Amino acid sequence: MARMNMVQAINSGLDVMLGRDQRVVVFGEDVGYFGGVFRCTDGLQRKHGEHRVLDTPISEGGIVAAAIGMGVNGLRPVAEIQFADYIYPAFDQIVSELARLRYRTAGEFSAPVTIRTPCGGGIRGGQTHSQSPEGVFTHVCGIKVVMPSNPYDAKGLLISSIEDEDPVVFFEPKRLYNGPFDGDPHKPAVPWSTHPKGEVPDGHYTVPIGKAEIVRPGSEVTVLTYGTMVHVVEAAVRLAQADAEIIDVRSMVPLDTDTLCTSVCKTGRCVIVHEATRFSGFGAELSATVQEECFWHLEAPIARVTGWDTPYPHAFEWDYFPGPQRIIAAIQSVMEAR
Amino acid sequence: MRQSRLHVPHPPARPGEKPDFSYVRISAPGAVARPDTRVPAVEIEALGTEMVRVLDEQGQAVGPWNPHLEPEDLQVALRHMLLTRLFDDRMQRMQRQGRISFYMKSTGEEAVAVAQAMALQPGDMLFPSYRTQGLFIVRGKSLVDLMCQCLSNTHDMCRGRQMPIMYHSAASNIFSISGNLATQFPQAVGWAMAAAIKGEDHIAAAWIGEGSSAEADFHHALTFAAVYQAPVILNVVNNQWAISSFQGFAGGERRTFAQRGPGYGIPGVRVDGNDFLAVYAVTQWAAERARASGGPTLIELVTYRAAAHSTSDDPSRYRPKEEWQAWPLGDPIQRLKEHLIHLGEWSQERHQGLEKELEAHVTACWKEAVTYGTLTEGPSLDPLSMFEDVFHEMPPNLQHQREELRRLMQERAGATAAASGGLDVAGEG
Repeated sequence: MARMNMVQAINSGLDVMLGRDQRVVVFGEDVGYFGGVFRCTDGLQRKHGEHRVLDTPISEGGIVAAAIGMGVNGLRPVAEIQFADYIYPAFDQIVSELARLRYRTAGEFSAPVTIRTPCGGGIRGGQTHSQSPEGVFTHVCGIKVVMPSNPYDAKGLLISSIEDEDPVVFFEPKRLYNGPFDGDPHKPAVPWSTHPKGEVPDGHYTVPIGKAEIVRPGSEVTVLTYGTMVHVVEAAVRLAQADAEIIDVRSMVPLDTDTLCTSVCKTGRCVIVHEATRFSGFGAELSATVQEECFWHLEAPIARVTGWDTPYPHAFEWDYFPGPQRIIAAIQSVMEAR
Repeated sequence: MRQSRLHVPHPPARPGEKPDFSYVRISAPGAVARPDTRVPAVEIEALGTEMVRVLDEQGQAVGPWNPHLEPEDLQVALRHMLLTRLFDDRMQRMQRQGRISFYMKSTGEEAVAVAQAMALQPGDMLFPSYRTQGLFIVRGKSLVDLMCQCLSNTHDMCRGRQMPIMYHSAASNIFSISGNLATQFPQAVGWAMAAAIKGEDHIAAAWIGEGSSAEADFHHALTFAAVYQAPVILNVVNNQWAISSFQGFAGGERRTFAQRGPGYGIPGVRVDGNDFLAVYAVTQWAAERARASGGPTLIELVTYRAAAHSTSDDPSRYRPKEEWQAWPLGDPIQRLKEHLIHLGEWSQERHQGLEKELEAHVTACWKEAVTYGTLTEGPSLDPLSMFEDVFHEMPPNLQHQREELRRLMQERAGATAAASGGLDVAGEG
């Protein structure tokens, strides 16, 4: 066991897989010699060689297309898209090619590609370095979509993603790289070293894709969330003094409907929190699923707390970010509803 | 409003006008030098403007690019090309009869796929476009298999999931055809990069049309291929037409498509795409270069799309009907036939005999293919199979949806059984 932040945990996951499986190759913009703009691949090229940890041209479409070709030729590519905001030039390759290759060839061809990409705001990134486009990818059949909220899950889910036979888009909430963030930008940063999930095994282990985690058990209301917002919700629940059951969805595709809906059926109340915009966001899918599965147990309308339906504004970051104030209000209104 | 100063490209001739191919720069057969495969790209940029040709007007093979193939190989090539054409003709007719939903012929371009597949090794990976059915024929995929795909029947390799002609064959090392154009170009580069990383000798080859060279994927492919010196052959089949848009709309008015290669540091070779020997030789050159770690080659195959874009297209609306007759590079099958006759290795009679034999083969294949079902007649694929292969293992939501469809199918079957059992369904209202 070691103390790791999320960057170190991701680095460790890649290192373990590069060491265990000769088929694994890691590449992306600034990923090789330099070690990545967020340092997630630091030292990997030195250790595993420049033929397995590569720098690439600034060409997201080319990166994903090359990954597909490599996957078809027996490798297990892990491609980094430097910011989730940059992923759109690769959209056609992901949606029309990567996601459908197995289907359209009736299983004859497939490409077990993992696409890692940092997402989310709160880092003064403005509208081109802050987006959370996970919902866009959950709408595509044929790719798995995951987002860890802590170092332990990050490494375990990343290893699962690389070992998975299907393509996975692996979102890394970059606000969490160096520590859990409770939604208050004015407080001093808290490192992962004091958090139980900052304790990470050095070697190989997995966190299964398709399993949500109950972060805090509770009886009065269920809060469904993932990524950065897990920690913001925890802080909000403490402040609201609510006996909330907080569930870290972790895996959006496939979705652990059982864990989510068992909880809501128990508590009878549900708040959904994500950083991404609201309209047609992944919260809409969660809300619809909860409504279909838990309708007769619901005591109150389902509430959603999300980013506003605007681009992520540089100067108004903390008015945009769905922080504790809005989460507390949503929990209270759901609790008060009769 | 002021008069527009925008340049809008125009093809040289529209319906009713005289075909004009004076824009196609053609070198004399045998006139282009064949450089050593180890020469740097920068020293052979002229290959992108000239046109490698081997067969002359008399059917002789001339010049340094003559691959000196055995007559037996040429006869096999002729057979593959002729089979491709007869297969295309039959499938077009079957579409017109409503037996399949859609088809795309490769008429006039058969030398491209056939010569290139023959010049490559079986372990080389091919990333086809939708007009390279000759690749499958050379690699021995049976016509029955191809027909069954077009029929979406119980033997369809795609299990009813793809439109006609979107074949694939893992066993033949031919990748899946995508309806989204040019996506396979950078994928082929990735495949080739993996071969290099693994230290293997196999190379990749990919085909797109000149029209889709305008896609960003073309740029991604050439960039990655050049940066990593990937062992890949990138082929642009310039058949002059992208549905109704002539090659000028892909940028062909200013530079040849082969000339784009040198811009990336990649040799660009322009070849007479209807000259089987020239296409073979150029492909062999590029393959040898790639296999010896000399990196990628961009090949522009100059040809003409003799048929409509697809069965949904009517080219008489946008180009002269007699354009193919005026095409200066002729018909690839006719030219190889004349060459073989010139060598004394073929005759009119043998050709007619081959045509008859292949016609009968195509007919027999079709008869067999339809026994496995058509879109409208059984036996049929199980619709419940549509939920398979989305993922390696079926997730719960797809399992639930499959059960829902199963129930609906059972309800329908029950209603049909009740109706045929004599229940007066119509009277119930």
